Amino acid sequence: MYPRRQLATLGLPGTIWVGLFVATALYALVAIAVGGIDPILLSPVPTWNPLHWSFGNLQSVWSALRPFNGPDWVVFERTVIYIAIAMAGCIVIGYPVAYFVAVRARRTKGLVLALFVAPFLVSYMLRMLAWVGLLSPGGWVDSVLGSLGVVGSQYNWLSGRSFVVVLALLYGWVPYFILPLYAALARFDLRFLEASKDLGANPVQTFFKVTLPLSRQGIYAGMVVVALPMFGDFFTAQLVSGTSSTAMVGTLINTYAQSQTDQTLAAASAVWLVAFLALLLAPYLRSSARATAEVAG
Amino acid sequence: MSAVQASGPVAGSSGGGVRLRARRRRNWGGWALGAFVVVYLVWSLAPVLIAFLFSFNAGSSRSVWQGFSLQWWTGPASVFNDPEYRDAILHSLLLAGLAVAVTVPLGVSLSIFLGRWRGIASRPASMLATLPLVVPELVLALAMFFLVTKLLHFISLGTPAQVIGQVTYILPLVIVITRGRLASIPSGFEEAALDLGASPLGAFRLVLVPLLAPAILASAIVAFAVSIDDFVITQYMSSTSATQSVPMVIYNATRGSASPALNASAMVMGVATIVLCAAGYAVYRVVNRREEIVLPQASTTEGALGAALGEGVW
Repeated sequence: MYPRRQLATLGLPGTIWVGLFVATALYALVAIAVGGIDPILLSPVPTWNPLHWSFGNLQSVWSALRPFNGPDWVVFERTVIYIAIAMAGCIVIGYPVAYFVAVRARRTKGLVLALFVAPFLVSYMLRMLAWVGLLSPGGWVDSVLGSLGVVGSQYNWLSGRSFVVVLALLYGWVPYFILPLYAALARFDLRFLEASKDLGANPVQTFFKVTLPLSRQGIYAGMVVVALPMFGDFFTAQLVSGTSSTAMVGTLINTYAQSQTDQTLAAASAVWLVAFLALLLAPYLRSSARATAEVAG
Repeated sequence: MSAVQASGPVAGSSGGGVRLRARRRRNWGGWALGAFVVVYLVWSLAPVLIAFLFSFNAGSSRSVWQGFSLQWWTGPASVFNDPEYRDAILHSLLLAGLAVAVTVPLGVSLSIFLGRWRGIASRPASMLATLPLVVPELVLALAMFFLVTKLLHFISLGTPAQVIGQVTYILPLVIVITRGRLASIPSGFEEAALDLGASPLGAFRLVLVPLLAPAILASAIVAFAVSIDDFVITQYMSSTSATQSVPMVIYNATRGSASPALNASAMVMGVATIVLCAAGYAVYRVVNRREEIVLPQASTTEGALGAALGEGVW
């Protein structure tokens, strides 16, 4: 094997980089969250020494987000509901698509795969811009659905409609759900399907007893891949709604971050968000570790 | 994880499983599934194509069609003549170039260290490097904003901070792609080279780097695409309007009365990415075809996310 000294040299720049720009940066976030405000400059002052940490900011964010009666609880509740619906949509739309491309498509596979990677090549903002154009007053979707009488004229799709935000989230993130699921299904051994058929299962039984259980890790991975960015998403709701009645947790953090005196609250909210996500993801990480251990035997 | 390696011409051969024979009788379920996928693809791509169409609108609306014209592509207020759009396009390309130039060597060398180092010393680096994948981008952006403004004062907001932010965000993707490939290259290849008298540097240059070439190429393209697309970190690390990227311009202008030149600027970036990916894929096919050694199937230890980033994109 390589001399250890040379290998270490190879790893040094990257290790320093992540030590500085990941570890120290996240520590800076915590230091701001437990820090104070400079009384003259009115800018946040980090507290680097853990012995001098003060938890006032974390407490005030907690009391604002306090379950059921905190003033910002409604924002958190709304975020969870939006994301839950968008994620359910991801599974309903994404699973058949990933399954088709990975298992069923044959001659068309290259083409379908290329088309289904295409959303990654045009930017997320462009895809939102496209929908804003379609839903604007007089835009194609607005005028078609308006003239069919599905919605009234002057419907104002883009002013604070929850379902438009949820659909935008779904549209924006569903490709990111499909990708890991596709990767999991592409490794799927098709002989299992034949075995299931030979043993007398009908296609529905095969799907629920063989295909679905074997793709569970892929579904979980896809859910994690879309849940993380959606919990930090402020731009989607801003673009397709822009009113406080559809604000999400990301909107809250981003709004705090815009004002110097509230930046400590932005940091404290981010710390709470990470704590919440860690709780939410713990089961996935456990099951993923178990699955990895099984594969490794 | 068979990130890049399982993807070229053999993509989706599903571990060598026997192909399910097409059933002879009419398969209505299959037809319905195919139709569903077609509807999905239309839903997913048609809005973007319509936005593209509107960059040729004769009027200044981005939602009502007023006839065909090239004025937003060539006229005085067009995407290439309006300084805001032109500067944003150039700035986005600059950031993407710098991000690729820094991330790929940094990520590939770190991956080799993480993959070949025996012992637990590499564990903390490995965890830290992949941490940006499991926190929301907004949290990372905020953390790096405080790091740069409160501790590392010598890094100024604007281009330097934007590049550092993007590199940190893209690094785990490069590592996932490269380590997937690396896991499928037995270290015996390099040991053989060393036994046969190659210097460590020679073994590295003559054996490892050529075998990693597809992963390096894939990393470069993913880094470019993610950098061009990145909004949150680029926004938090920006300073003045001179450091606006295209996604920032779109974010700020979409709900306003911006002209179809906005659509055109978004399209320029999309076309740049697509052309680059197509070129990269062509090179990838050539590189892969030259490969004579059949690498053993990699294990799936990195989890589906890594596989997704490698296999899915390719």
